[in-house]
Amino acid sequence: MRISIASGKGGTGKTTLSTNLSAFLAEGSEVVLADLDVEEPNSGLFIRGDLISTEHKYKMVPEWKEDACTLCGLCQKVCNFNAVIRLANQILVFPQLCHGCYACSELCPTESLPMIPQKMGQLSLYKRGNLNFVESRLDVGEEQAVPLISQTIDYIDQHFPEAKYKIFDAPPGTSCPVIEATKDSDFVILITEPTPFGLHDLKLAVETIRSLNKPFGIVINRDGLGNDDVIEYCTKQNISILAKIPNSRKIAELYSQGELLYHQIPEMAQALKEIENYLSKLVIQELA
Amino acid sequence: MRIAFTTKGTDWNSPMDPRFGRTAFFLIYDEEKDELIHFDNSATEGAAHGAGPKAAQKLFELKATVLITGNGPGGNAGTVLEQVGVKSYVGAGEMNVQEAYKAYKNNELKAF
Repeated sequence: MRISIASGKGGTGKTTLSTNLSAFLAEGSEVVLADLDVEEPNSGLFIRGDLISTEHKYKMVPEWKEDACTLCGLCQKVCNFNAVIRLANQILVFPQLCHGCYACSELCPTESLPMIPQKMGQLSLYKRGNLNFVESRLDVGEEQAVPLISQTIDYIDQHFPEAKYKIFDAPPGTSCPVIEATKDSDFVILITEPTPFGLHDLKLAVETIRSLNKPFGIVINRDGLGNDDVIEYCTKQNISILAKIPNSRKIAELYSQGELLYHQIPEMAQALKEIENYLSKLVIQELA
Repeated sequence: MRIAFTTKGTDWNSPMDPRFGRTAFFLIYDEEKDELIHFDNSATEGAAHGAGPKAAQKLFELKATVLITGNGPGGNAGTVLEQVGVKSYVGAGEMNVQEAYKAYKNNELKAF
């Protein structure tokens, strides 16, 4: 079962929930945790395992060969991302802007834009007991997170077809990287905080996940902070609140030291248990 | 000399637009012909990426050789401008077009 943990707003607890839930579930079954926030992965600060392997990841980008090029400009015309620019006597390619769609390359009448691999980042696999942790990291200067996210999910599907739970720590926001990290999941957990900011971005996240037709539920982090508007919103919208994590100084201290929480925070263990129960029911429904 | 300005309007009194790639308009002043034309760049509002190189390419099509703007182009746009030989001058973001042109003529703008 693939579960994406997303949020809309940054800093609401995606990584806290992803790492704690993964470690908690791994006490009973095989789990894969993937940090899909490839622009700034941080799950690895909390999951320390043995490094099993590291590999470079590549995306395909066009490279201009001037010999046969007639400078017809079709490449520039079909590029939706302005990654290919025609000038008086040359074609300029901006690999950072390229989404790797192959349109310019395939449509070029003189085959002057062959696609070549370009390194965009790396993927590392760590293991700690039943928990397999996959961290992908985009190289500095790369602008496109989507190809690396997509390849990371493919890697997990190939290497861990049997894992009971695959937990995806998604990037913040509601743009392309978040869509890529959630679109093939069986369930999405949206984590939020009970503040006006949290609610504002939660609404955007709900709208996004609904347009993907994904089943989802909410976890409230820093419960006790702010106001009841998030709860009222969920009730009105008929959205399940799976669990609440309390607002606590002790949690912040443990987090700042890179520690998992549930061994020392009973309310966290309780919240994770509630989420596990909810997910187990979904697994049973899926099998039925 | 054909001089491009990033602007919020279409005449000499228009305020400059400090942005390059996402400027509202380009005004092109042809010094030899004493002619002022404009190009509506608002289509880039919808472009998520690559507004800079696209705008630079447009300046090439408009045959500009000098760019007068506010903040200055980013890296990708800078590459295109360099390739096509457009010289950029920055720091005119708070002026109107007339003032920016005068400042350029008096060498008061910073070369980018």
